[in-house]
Amino acid sequence: MSTELPLIGDYSTPTSELSGARIGVVTFPGTLDDRDAARAVRAAGAEAVPLWHADTELQDVDAVVIPGGFSYGDYLRAGAISRFAPMMSKIVDAANSEAKLPVLGICNGFQILTESHLLPGSMIKNDHLKFLCRDQLLRVENNQTAWTNGYEAGQEITIVLKNQDGQYVADEKTLDMLEAENRVAFSYVGWNPNGSRRSIAGISNAAGNVVGLMPHPEHAIEAGFGPDHRGTDGLTFFTSVLTHLVGGKK
Amino acid sequence: MSQEVTKEFNIDTVDNAAGTPNVELPWAELGLKDNEFAEIIKILGRRPTAAELAMYSVMWSEHCSYKSTKNHLRQFGDKVTEEMKKDLMVGIGENAGVTDLGDGWAVTFKIESHNSPSFVEPHQGAATGIGGIVRDIISMGARPIAVMDPLRFGAIDHPDSQRVVHGVVSGIGSYGNSLGLPNIGGETVFDPIYQGNPLVNALAVGALRHEDLRLANASGVGNKVVLFGARTGGDGIGGASVLASESFDDTKPSKRPAVQVGDPFAEKVLIECCLDLFKASLVEGIQDLGAAGISCATSELASNGEGGMRVELTDVLLRDPTLTPGEILMSESQERMMAVVTPENVAAFEAVMAKYSVEYSWLGEVTDTNRLIITWDGEVIVDVDPKTVAHDGPVYDRPYARPSWQDALQADTFKSSEAGANLPATGEELKAAVLELIASPNMCDKSWITRQYDRYVGGNTALASPDDAGVVRIDEETGLGVAIATDANGRYTYLDPYLGAQLALAESYRNVATSGAIPAAVSDCLNYGSPEDPDVMWQLAEGIRGLSDACKVLGVPVTGGNVSLYNQTGTTAIHPTPVVATLGKLDDVARRTPSGWREEADGQAIYLIGETFDELDGSEFANLRGHLGGLPPKVDLEVEKELGAILINASRDGMVDAAHDLSEGGLAAALSEMVLRYGVGARVALDDIKKRDGVDSFTALFSESQSRALVAVPRSEEVRFNDMTGARGVTVARLGIVDAESNALEVQGEFTVSVEDLRAAHEGTMEKYFG
Repeated sequence: MSTELPLIGDYSTPTSELSGARIGVVTFPGTLDDRDAARAVRAAGAEAVPLWHADTELQDVDAVVIPGGFSYGDYLRAGAISRFAPMMSKIVDAANSEAKLPVLGICNGFQILTESHLLPGSMIKNDHLKFLCRDQLLRVENNQTAWTNGYEAGQEITIVLKNQDGQYVADEKTLDMLEAENRVAFSYVGWNPNGSRRSIAGISNAAGNVVGLMPHPEHAIEAGFGPDHRGTDGLTFFTSVLTHLVGGKK
Repeated sequence: MSQEVTKEFNIDTVDNAAGTPNVELPWAELGLKDNEFAEIIKILGRRPTAAELAMYSVMWSEHCSYKSTKNHLRQFGDKVTEEMKKDLMVGIGENAGVTDLGDGWAVTFKIESHNSPSFVEPHQGAATGIGGIVRDIISMGARPIAVMDPLRFGAIDHPDSQRVVHGVVSGIGSYGNSLGLPNIGGETVFDPIYQGNPLVNALAVGALRHEDLRLANASGVGNKVVLFGARTGGDGIGGASVLASESFDDTKPSKRPAVQVGDPFAEKVLIECCLDLFKASLVEGIQDLGAAGISCATSELASNGEGGMRVELTDVLLRDPTLTPGEILMSESQERMMAVVTPENVAAFEAVMAKYSVEYSWLGEVTDTNRLIITWDGEVIVDVDPKTVAHDGPVYDRPYARPSWQDALQADTFKSSEAGANLPATGEELKAAVLELIASPNMCDKSWITRQYDRYVGGNTALASPDDAGVVRIDEETGLGVAIATDANGRYTYLDPYLGAQLALAESYRNVATSGAIPAAVSDCLNYGSPEDPDVMWQLAEGIRGLSDACKVLGVPVTGGNVSLYNQTGTTAIHPTPVVATLGKLDDVARRTPSGWREEADGQAIYLIGETFDELDGSEFANLRGHLGGLPPKVDLEVEKELGAILINASRDGMVDAAHDLSEGGLAAALSEMVLRYGVGARVALDDIKKRDGVDSFTALFSESQSRALVAVPRSEEVRFNDMTGARGVTVARLGIVDAESNALEVQGEFTVSVEDLRAAHEGTMEKYFG
């Protein structure tokens, strides 16, 4: 029976062979989790490159994270205004290009990706109508994407869920298609915390380079500051993309 | 950036005022007393213009001028020793106090009330409470890093509590969550005494490098004055003078228009924009616009600086072009800041505004005339000495006296009462009482509230509710951080206003120490009834005296805060409620102590530090039996300090893995909460403390004696722990052990209750009432 297990405090961030990778983190007016996303990128061993919504240069980044928050105050509809940012058109082009830039949209970032039509469906208000912040159990449904290749298929992970508009909706045809093409990346395990269709927490595009999800992996990368003050299950998102960038496959 | 301003008012210029001395002015409607109006005429040597009247009325309001409390609040400064000033960089009087943390870091924090607006319009009232306190923190040059909310509502089952609780919680959530600030704690109390006067206090904390410190003063003749952020609208006009400085009364018209409306998105942009301004050193002085809006910002900036300022009011960007000059001066529209910028920095300042798409307008400049001159389309409508507006308001020595009913109240002890005569005694009765206690409105699990707040954003939250203190990391390299806890007990303070205020400080100090942090500074929010009632004024005077005395003993200075008066309905005042926030320093937040044990702590020893006395008056248990009388638990601040030192050292040296303070609900609540924190059981016995302290099982479980804490000590550390407590002469008792197998809390010889039953009792209450 160990009593020595540190409850908190391993600040040593894993270093990677791939420390040359540059991962962009986009900031819109009202973005909140950009510093957290940058920290997660650094913890995985890559360089975090700030990208400003109004700029048009992708600065040669190897991948992009669109972090959470309330860009433009969620006015009109979450993500509806941000999709028109100059930086977003660059990202959409790069994601659809032959190079298939890896893009991860977290929470508001996921909403922006659906508004930008990089991912299908949309998010509406949680079925219980309240903001909900909790440690959330997810199942990795697809570990063949740029952002999930470090997980085992079917692995259960705990990361942070926090949102007001997290209920994933799409028409039945789209939902069937997502399941048939193995594009549901994550599902909620147990209680469905927001009424999402088929308990979908996150999805990918057909090529697997674009992933969006409502929960926050970037809040689960450092012991002591994540779920239940110890969880680090989210770090694998950021190490996965580094593996993907050098063509490594599990 | 052009606008159509209605300039064709019948403008009451200074010349006009001088020539028409007998014009009737609505000074009484604006909340001024006849002696105050006479004083204004004396200062100006003529009647005030409509705009000047507006300024004086808001700035001389109780809310802005502290006129009833100034003479008492002085004690917070007078009782500060040189030792307490050691780490104090900015004390009372600025937007928020600043404390040195070492390594070039400083921290600023403050707690404020937004009580009246939150009753009138709970959602917006609570939301703008967060907005206002966060702008105070930005004004000091700091990046806000966390918020907290101590809340007090009426009875949990009163129909109006539905409106107030849902509105307040959603308001705090929607505003705070949108700013990207983790909400790390607070308290929630239900008591019918707050039915018509809920207390919504908001705390914000920010971190800054020493060189980034900014103050609210307008220095440098010729420097430009700029207003930026949201446009000025008609919301919140007279909020400070009308809402916050009067009692509610059914006979008056609705005050809804006096509540401000918030836009958290605008505030978030404003935060980032201000931090860019600070980083590039583009502002000489800065002031947020809160209560009393432009009146406050211009008069305070001017009187804290070179003494003069000239402002053209038609240059203010408006949401509503029909606003009169007086309304513009009084508007409490949110998300606005005023800054002083040197002429050479104007272009760089404008570039930052453009980057963030923030609107701004240059209003005027700093002068050395010692006059604040405000013009409307070139015509002078305000010509005053700004000090007379901002600092030289009326000061009252309100009469106060110990209420005639205080003796009878203190004589009515719980145990001598009918309710207290028939106390639980058997194991079954004690078990039922424990379950009743932890399910009660004040002691039940509050995650229905906290899960509506983002506690993770920023990635630096090391502890949050329900732990004893919220802990946030400031420096990622070293782990340097702060712990904050807020506490108050209105029932204790009602029974003894002097001791009650000390008990509030003792508890928040203890909570911070329990987390492992070294208490360093205090901010207070003094929520009381009408100062015009001598009974209330006595409670207030005693509270300030008690708190300032206690701060001196514990060595923690008050660095700022706020007074909220007139919290009463008719002649019934709320319980005096001095909410005390203590901030502590942790060299490395990795060492912080959580408030419960996990499975791997199986077999660790559970110690109770401190003595238990027969102290049930004012307790949660007495409250459950509908009794309020007697004397609150006694507080020995030297013992409290010693307990704090033990908790801090034990954390630093790795002697404890979990710690939780004993406060409301006593040992019964603390044990239940530690078990429920991670759902891991414990086996304890009360025999030693019963024998040592001469108390029965009921008293051992439910007494609220102070200066106590429960800790879990790894077996390997027990010798060291006992040596340390022995050397310090502190009483400890080994109650039992953490028992991960049992899935129960067993109080040997009394009762066993399963973790499941504890959880069901603790977690069901909020959902039952609020869905």
